[in-house]
Order: sequence, then structure tokens, then C-alpha cells
Amino acid sequence: MVSTTHYLVLGAILFTIGVFGVIVRRNVITMFMCIELMLNAVNLTLLAFARMYGQIDGQVFVFFVMTVAAAEAAVGLALIVMLSRKTDSVDIDEADTMKW
Amino acid sequence: MIDNFWILLLFPLFGAAVNGLIGKKLPARLVGVLGSLTVFLSFAVAAISFVQLLGMSPAERAVTNHLFTWIQAGDFVAQCSFLFDPLSAVMILVVTGVGFLIHLYSIEYMRGEDGYYRFFAYMNLFIFMMSILVLADNYLLMFVGWEGVGLCSYLLIGYYFDTRVAGDAAKKAFIVNRIGDFGFLLGVFLIFQTFGSVSFHEVFTDVVQRFPAPEAGLGVLGAITLLLFLGATGKSAQIPLYVWLPDAMAGPTPVSALIHAATMVTAGVYMIARSAALYSRAPDTMAVVATIGVLTCLLAALIAITQKDIKKVLAYSTVSQLGYMFLAVGVGAFSAGIFHLYTHAFFKALLFLGSGSVILAVHHEQDMYKMGGLKKYLPVTWITMGAATLAIAGIPPFAGFFSKDEILWQALTSPHGQIIFWLIGTAVAALTAFYMARLMFLTFYGPERFELGHHGHGEQGHSGGHEGAKPVEPSWIIKFPLSVLGILSLVGGLVGLPAWLGPNYFEGFLEPSLEFAYRGPLTQEGQGHASEIGLTVLVVTLAIVAIWVAYRYFLADPTRAKQFAERHPALYQAFWNKFYVDEIYDAFIVHPIGRLSESFLWRGIDDGVIDAAVNGVASLFRNWSRRVRKMQTGYARAYASWILFGVVLIFVYYYIVS
Repeated sequence: MVSTTHYLVLGAILFTIGVFGVIVRRNVITMFMCIELMLNAVNLTLLAFARMYGQIDGQVFVFFVMTVAAAEAAVGLALIVMLSRKTDSVDIDEADTMKW
Repeated sequence: MIDNFWILLLFPLFGAAVNGLIGKKLPARLVGVLGSLTVFLSFAVAAISFVQLLGMSPAERAVTNHLFTWIQAGDFVAQCSFLFDPLSAVMILVVTGVGFLIHLYSIEYMRGEDGYYRFFAYMNLFIFMMSILVLADNYLLMFVGWEGVGLCSYLLIGYYFDTRVAGDAAKKAFIVNRIGDFGFLLGVFLIFQTFGSVSFHEVFTDVVQRFPAPEAGLGVLGAITLLLFLGATGKSAQIPLYVWLPDAMAGPTPVSALIHAATMVTAGVYMIARSAALYSRAPDTMAVVATIGVLTCLLAALIAITQKDIKKVLAYSTVSQLGYMFLAVGVGAFSAGIFHLYTHAFFKALLFLGSGSVILAVHHEQDMYKMGGLKKYLPVTWITMGAATLAIAGIPPFAGFFSKDEILWQALTSPHGQIIFWLIGTAVAALTAFYMARLMFLTFYGPERFELGHHGHGEQGHSGGHEGAKPVEPSWIIKFPLSVLGILSLVGGLVGLPAWLGPNYFEGFLEPSLEFAYRGPLTQEGQGHASEIGLTVLVVTLAIVAIWVAYRYFLADPTRAKQFAERHPALYQAFWNKFYVDEIYDAFIVHPIGRLSESFLWRGIDDGVIDAAVNGVASLFRNWSRRVRKMQTGYARAYASWILFGVVLIFVYYYIVS
């Protein structure tokens, strides 16, 4: 029997991987995928609770998150394309001109 | 017309707007004609309304035009409405009538000056503001006009703003007036606090009910009237605030004639006459007003004797004559004060305009000791100024005789009158005749002391502008106003004959406006006219003797005056230096305030507290942000780490709390 706790632990592990991926990786595409990982970790958590309480709200939320993630992907990928055209790389640390 | 008399306000406002906004692009002739025509239209409306007013029965002679509610806040209501009653009718006729003549005169006098359009715009604005002042039916609206004329006065004194003298004089006039206006405003506040209204009619009917008898001692009425009187001393140049008026002669001569002789400076007298209901119930204030009036009258006349600048003589003469008016209202003879205001407007405006004509003829020389013998070159100016001089000297049947005679008689016999007022007033009447005769003798008679052709003034267009020629009288545009005012100076007083000679129409006409004034127990009539005639003859004789003395000292043997001055140097120096009043004010008021302002207010408060606080806050933020801004590295991953750090902090916090 897979309990709610199992889902939550998996969600937490995925989320943590995403967080550290964003922080330690310099490749923008990798960072982007890590963000997606975090979103889906949250989705998993929402689904786990929806199942536990037997209510549909959590599932509906997941649809919203997926929709927003799709929109975010469109914007984010466009940004990545522009960044690679400007700096000839996908290294996020190249884009450091916005500072004090 | 009288049902909508307020439209007379619109013409000068329109003229001021057009000349002020686009006058620079208009041809000069149009600017001048427009400026004069608008005032003439106002005068026409005022005159028609006046005739209609005469057609009503005396009790009904008060027409109010209500335009709109100006301010309403809680209990406080101020209406924008205008009152046309005998008192404001007299004032508006003087303002627009004399104003029109002076505008006409200015067309020629100001020709070729820089900012010709500016001059007419300010002059029209002045007429507009002065009309508001005299037509307003409440104290607050009156204050609008009161401030507005002060502004125009400032602008016109500083007309030649590229000279230091004019700029300083304008500032002095404005600041000194500010002291008076502050008193006036406090007076209006106190009126509202006491009576719950600022409308003339409501205040006066209320005061009649609440003060059936004059207030004993100095109470609220005394405070109100003294505060208002402080405003009057500023605007009407009385001790202690008269010092700005002589300096105001830095403005163009028509300005001196209109604002600083005929109209604006008489606003204080008008205000007191309008507030007769309040003043007549405050005997202490009345005594103060009369005393200040008579002292100003004497002081200014003494200074006028020694001045050499023709306009300065006339300026001190104006201060002195205003003193007469305050003496009149101070002894309760409100209509006599307004009567002198009305005759004075004619002859003093004429004297100034005449002096302007003289100044033009001798190429902007104002020192009377550099004139002389102008009689044959400027016949019209000479004749009209002669009429004005006889009028101000109080020689019958000229206008000034009747008004001055009435004031002196009232100063002696009214319930507030005192023998000392009469004595000083009579002495000043002789002094007036003396210094005015001196002015005439030095200017028009004797040897020709003027020099033409040496002055390199770059002013074109003046009719006397050719080099080395004889002085030439200006054209009809200047002669016409002189002649009209000359005729008025001759016959203007006949509407107010003394009791022994005939009916005093002027006083009878003004009566309804003064209905709320406290009458007091009726003084016994039938003192007989013999004593009044006797005193009149005495005053006139004194004036004639004074003219004769002036003749002996300044025309027959000019060295006499010089010898007299040398024999009494202290006296002469005191008069010549205006009793050192300016110096005393400088030493005791201006400089202490200046030092206090610099050391305490500027260095201490402004630099030390206000600037220090503002700059301190700024540098605090600058120093802190210099350190904190290093957090913004530009690396996206660093920001992500900060976010993570924050989230962890929040979780730790909730973990500890729960």
C-alpha cells in the first residue's frame, strides 16, 4: 500500500533536487528544467492531498499549475533563446549586468 | 443698469487680460486706447447706476448684486456679492472717473517706454481690484480687493524694475503693507468670531442690537476696530506705516496720481467710513484714529516743506491730507472724511499729473531747484496746477476749501473733537498752503534754472524730446485730463457747502450708508453760524498769509529761505531728513530682524534643523545602501539562493512558533 506519506516524501525529494539544480547549475536550460521539476513536485503533493481527503480541489489546482507552467515555458524558452543570441552561450552567469 | 452694475468689473478685467497676455504683439496705440476705453466703460456703467440710484428714495438706496456663494464651510459663509449704495457710489465714481482721466493721460505720458502694454495691464488690473474693494458687500471680499490693489501697487512701483531704487521701493511698499494687512485680516477673523458673519449688513445690524451704547473701555469692538485700523495705517500711509508712500514715487507719475494719491491710499478711509457702525461704538479707537491722523498730518506737512523733489513734496502732501481724512473719521465726521477724500482725489491727481507734465517738459528732471519760470512755456499745466494748489491750500471757492473747512469745524465741535485737533489741523492748513505755494513758485516762477539738451535720455516720442529746445507743453491727451480735473478742483466742492452757506448735498447723500453709526445724544444746534464763519475766515487768512510768506521766502528773495535754514540747522536737517524715521526703523526694526534672521533663523533653524534633518535622512540612506546594495550581484543563482534562504527562515520560524 502506497500511503500519502510516500507521495509527500517523493514530492519533497523532487522539489529539493529542483531547488539545488537551480542554485548550482549554470546552464539555463538545466535550471529551467529544474524549475519544471519543482512545479511537478508541488503537483504531486497536491494530488496526494486530494487523494487523501477524497476531494477534487487539488486535482483542479494541478490543471491550473500545468497551464501556467505551459505559459511560463513559452516565456522562459523565449528568454533563453534571446539570451543565447546575445551572449552566444546558455551560461546564466554571463547575464550579470543587472547589478548595483 | 443698476440691477447688474457688477458688469463694470468686467471691462478692466478684460483690458488687463488682453493687454497682459497679448499686449506685447498689439500696436502701442491700440494698447493705450483699449486700456483707457475699458475704464471709461466702467465709469459709464457707474455713472448710469448712480443716476438710477438718485432716482430712488433715500431709504432704498442700497442695491446688492449677488453673484454666487464664494466660500461655505460649516457656519462660515462668504458671498461673492456687490453693494451699490451712496458710499460705494461715490468711491466707484472717483475710482473709475479719475482712473479714466489718468489712463488717458498715460497714453501720451508713457509713450515709448519699455513694457507699455505691461503698464496698461497693471493699471486695468488695479481698477478691477479697487472696484472690488469699494463694491464688496462683505469684509472678506473687500480683503480680496485690498490685497489686489496692494499687488498692483507693488507691480507699478516696480515698473522700472531694472533700477534698484524702484525695486527696493516696491518691496518696501509690499512689506510695509503686509504688516497692515495682517492686522486687517485678524480684524476680519475677530468680526466673524464675534458676529458669526462677515457681511456688512449682518454685522452692522447685529452690532446695533448688541451695542445700543458705545462700548465702555477697550473690549471686543475696540480690538476689531484697532486691528482694522492697523490695516488702514498700512494702506493709507499713516504713522507708523507711512514710510512706504514717499518711496513709492519711484513708479511712473500716472501711477503716483492714480494709486498713491487719488484712490488706493484712500482705501483705509473708505474702510473706516464703511465700518462706521463699529467705529462709532469704540470711543477709544476713535481717539487713536484721530490722534494718529492729526499727528501724521503735521509730521508729513513739516517734511514736505523742505523736500526738493517735486514728487516727494506731493507724496508727503498726500500723507498729510490723508491725515486730515483720518482726523475727520476719527472725530466721527465720516461724511466729512469721505468728502475730503473725494475733493482730494481731484486736486491731488491733478497735482501729480501736472508735475508729470512738468517733468516731461524739463526732460525727466524732478528737482524743483532745477526748474523755475515754466509758466510761459506750460500755460495749461500752470493754470490747472494753480487751481489744484488753491484747492489744497483751502482757498474758497476751490474744492479743498469746503472739505477742509468741514473737517476742521468737526474736529472742534463733534463729541469726539478736541481743541488740540483743531489747532494742529489749522496749523497744518497754513503749512499746506506754504509748501504748495513754494512748489508753485519754484516750478513756474522766477528765473529759469533748467538745463535742456544735456540730458542723454534715450526716450523717444515725448513731445519735448528735441535737444536744446524750449520746454514744450504736451498734446491735448495730457491737457484734457488736466483741464477736467482743474474744473473739478474748482467746482467739485460745491456739493458740500458749509451749514451757514447752503445745503450740504454730499452729507445728505451719504446719510443712508452711515445709518448704523452710533449717533449719540444730539448736540445742541443753534451754536450760531457766527463762530463757524469766524473760524473759517481765520483759517483762510492763515493760508493766504502762508502763501505770502512763501512768496517772500522763495520768489521775492530766495536767499532768505537759505539763510533761515542756515540759522536753524537742526530744524532744517530734521525736516530734510524726514525726522530720521527711516533711519530709526532701520536701526530698531529692520537690522535687528535682519541679524536675527541670519544668525538664528537662517544659520540656526534653516541650516541647523531643517536642512540638517533632510540631509541627515538622505546621508543615512546613502551610507546604508552603499553596503546593502552589494547583495544585488546580478547572478540569478545568487538570488535563487537568497530566496531559498528566506524560505528556510520562514519554515524555521513556524517550526519554533508551533
